Amino acid sequence: MQTAMPHISMTTLDGFESFLETRHEPDWLTQRRRDAFALYQSLCEVELEPEEYRRIDLRLFRPDSYHLVSQQPESGQASRFSTLMEHRGEFGGSVAHTDGHPVKSHLEPELLEQGVICCDLGEAVCKHEELVKEYLMTRAVLPDADRFAAWHAAFWTGGLFLYVPRHTSIEKPLHSLIGLATAKVADCSHTLVVLEEGAEATLLEETASANEKDAGLHVGAVELIVASEAKLRYVQLQNWNESVFHFAHQCGRVQRDGSLQWTVGSLGSKFSHIHQDVMLDGKGAEAQVNGVAFATGRQKLSFYTSQWHKAAHTHSDLLYKEVVRDRSRMIWRGIIDVAAEAQKTDSYQRNDSLILSNDARVDAIPGLKIEADDVRCTHGATAGQVDEEQILYCMSRGISRDEAMHMIVNGFFQQVFDRIPVEIVRETLSQSVQTKLGFNN
Amino acid sequence: MSLKLKIENLHVRVGETPILKGVNLEIAQGEIHALMGPNGSGKSTLAYALMGHPKYEITEGTISIDGTNINDLDPCERARLGMFLAFQYPVTIPGVKVADFLRLAVSNVRHPERKEGESLISMREFRTELRETMKQLNMDAEFARRYLNDGFSGGEKKRMEILQLAMLKPKFALLDETDSGLDSDAVRVVSEGLAKLSGPEMGVLIITHHERLLEYNKPDFTHVMLAGKIVETGDASLAHELHAHGYAEVRKRHPEEAAQEEEQQQEATV
Ligand SMILES: Nc1ncnc2c1ncn2[C@@H]1O[C@H](COP(=O)(O)OP(=O)(O)OP(=O)(O)O)[C@@H](O)[C@H]1O
Ligand SMILES: [Mg+2]
Repeated sequence: MQTAMPHISMTTLDGFESFLETRHEPDWLTQRRRDAFALYQSLCEVELEPEEYRRIDLRLFRPDSYHLVSQQPESGQASRFSTLMEHRGEFGGSVAHTDGHPVKSHLEPELLEQGVICCDLGEAVCKHEELVKEYLMTRAVLPDADRFAAWHAAFWTGGLFLYVPRHTSIEKPLHSLIGLATAKVADCSHTLVVLEEGAEATLLEETASANEKDAGLHVGAVELIVASEAKLRYVQLQNWNESVFHFAHQCGRVQRDGSLQWTVGSLGSKFSHIHQDVMLDGKGAEAQVNGVAFATGRQKLSFYTSQWHKAAHTHSDLLYKEVVRDRSRMIWRGIIDVAAEAQKTDSYQRNDSLILSNDARVDAIPGLKIEADDVRCTHGATAGQVDEEQILYCMSRGISRDEAMHMIVNGFFQQVFDRIPVEIVRETLSQSVQTKLGFNN
Repeated sequence: MSLKLKIENLHVRVGETPILKGVNLEIAQGEIHALMGPNGSGKSTLAYALMGHPKYEITEGTISIDGTNINDLDPCERARLGMFLAFQYPVTIPGVKVADFLRLAVSNVRHPERKEGESLISMREFRTELRETMKQLNMDAEFARRYLNDGFSGGEKKRMEILQLAMLKPKFALLDETDSGLDSDAVRVVSEGLAKLSGPEMGVLIITHHERLLEYNKPDFTHVMLAGKIVETGDASLAHELHAHGYAEVRKRHPEEAAQEEEQQQEATV
C-alpha cells in the first residue's frame, strides 16, 4: 500500500512550521522564511496594489485548497511530461523538478570545471551557501513586493540555480523542466540566475503538467542577475494544464553594457498573473522582452510588465503578442519608468492582440513615467480581429479556411518569433501555437 | 479538350441590392475576353461572384465548369478546380512569407485532395520554380522572403498577383484592373508577363479601363457591362472604340440599362 504523503498547508502557521521541519536549512535561511511567512500573513490583510490587480478577479482562487508535499509523491516519480523542448535540443546542463522536488540534474564536466554551477536551488544552499545567501531574494524579487512574493519567499522549494563565472561563456543552452504530477500540489520553484562580468548563457525553462485535468498551483519567482558586459538569454514557456493557477514575480537586473533577452511564452494555466520587471541598472545596459501569449477556453492570462531605466544610455524593447479565443481573457499592463538620471534612454513598448471570438476579451494598457528630459520612448497597443477578407483571399488561392486561420495567427506571432535567435525556441513556440489552434489533433 | 467556364443568367446581390441582373458569358480555355464598362456597372461583382465571395449572393442562374455547377462551392474549392482571381485590391497578410503562402497554395491547387497537415510539394523543386518564375517577371528574389503584400507598393502588390497566377497556372484567370495603379514600365511587365503565361491552357477574363494590357493580350471577345448586364459583345475593335469614345454611344444603344444605371446612382447618393 502506498503511504499517504503528509500534506503541508501553506496558509497556516502549523503548516509553515511543519514545512520548516522538512527543510534542514541554515539558520539565516530559516529566519528569512520566518520573516517572509509573517510578512505573508500581514500582507494578506492589506489590499493588493490596485494598479496591478484591479482587473484581476481572484475570488475563484482558494489558497488553502493546495498543499506542499514533503517528499516527491510516488505518483510523480514515474510521471512523464510532454515537454516541448527537452528532446529537441542538445543541452549543456539540465535540471528537472516534479511537485517541487528535484528529480534529476546534469551538467557537462567541462562546464563544471570552468566553475559553472547548474543545479537545484536546495542543493545550492548546501554547496554554495554564500552565493545563494548573497543573491536569493535580496536584489531582484523582494519578499515584501506583495503577498505572493512573501508567500513564495516563505515556501520556495526547488528551482534552478545557475551561476556562470566571469568571462565564461556557455555555448549550448541549459534546460530546466518544472512539472506538476499530483492533484492539488503547489510548486513554489525559484529560478536564480547569476551571470558574472562578461559571462554568457542561454537558459530555456518550461513548466508542464503530467495530467490534463489535475488542479495545481505555482507560486514562483525568477531572478536574473546580469553583471557588466554579461549576456543572458532566458526563455520561460508556461505550459501547465488548464486547471493550474500560476503566480510569478520575475525580475531581471542588468549592469553596465550587459544584455538580457527575455522571452515569455504563456500558453497554459487556468489563470496566470506574471509580474515582470526589467531593470537597467548600468550605463549602456539593454534588454529585449518578448511575449507570446495564447489563451483559449476560459483561460485568464495577466501580465504586469515594467521597464525600469535607472542609468543613462540604456535601451529596452518590449513586444508582447497575444491571441485570445473562445471565452478567454488577456490582461496586459505595461509601464516604462525612466529615472531622472537615465538620460539618453531609448525605450520601446508594444502590445498587439488578435481576438478570434466575440466572447474573448483583451485589455492592454501601456504607460509611461518619465523623469529624464532627453529620452526616446515609444509605446503603443493594438487590438483587432482576423480580417474576413484575409481569409477569403487565402481561400481564393486554394487554402482552406482552417489553414488560413492557422496561417494568419502564426503570422501574427511571427514578428515576435523573428526576434528570437534560438531556433528551438522559435520552433517550439510556433508548434505549441499550432497545437493549441487545434491543428494536429 | 478545352474546358468551358459558363455563366448563365447570373443574378447577384450584395445585401439587399441586386447588382448583376442576368449575366451570360462563356469562356473557353485558350480564349482571352475583355470586360469593360463604366464604374459601378458590376465588373468586380462578377469577378467576386465567380470566385465565390460569400458577400456576393447568387439569387438566380448558374456558374459551371464543363457542365458541373459550381454555385455552391466555396472559394477554396473553386481555386482547386482551377479558378483564379487577381484582386483589384489585394490584402496584406503580416508575418506570412510570400514563399510559404505560395508553397501551401500551390500544393493545394496541384493536389486538390490535399488536407491540412498533409505533405507539401518538395521544398527544393518549389524554390527553384519560384526563383525562375520571379526572374521571368523581373521580380527581385528578395520578395519571396517578405511578408505577403506587407509594405508593398500598389504596383508591387499587382505584380504579386501575377506571380501567384504564374505559379498556380489556373484554367480560368480573372484579372480585375491588374493594370491600374501601375507606372507604365510596370504595366508593360505585367502585360508581357500575362502574355507569356496565357496560352491554350488558360481562359482569361481581363477587366480593365486601359488599353495597354489588351495591346499585349489581344482579346478574342470584348464585353460591355452596363447596370449589371452584358449589353454588347464584340471583338478587339470594340475595346478600342470604347477607349476612344467612352460609353455614351453604348448608353444610347441601351436606353433601358442606361436608365437603370442612373436610377442606381441616384439611390446611392440619397
Ligand atoms: N461589398 C459591397 N457592398 C456594397 N455595395 C457593393 C459592394 N460591392 C459592390 N457594390 C456595389 O455594386 C455596384 C457594382 O460595383 P462593382 O465594384 O462591381 O463595379 P465595377 O464595375 O467593378 O466598378 P469599377 O470600374 O469602379 O471598379 C456598385 O454600385 C457598388 O457600390
Ligand atoms: Mg471594379
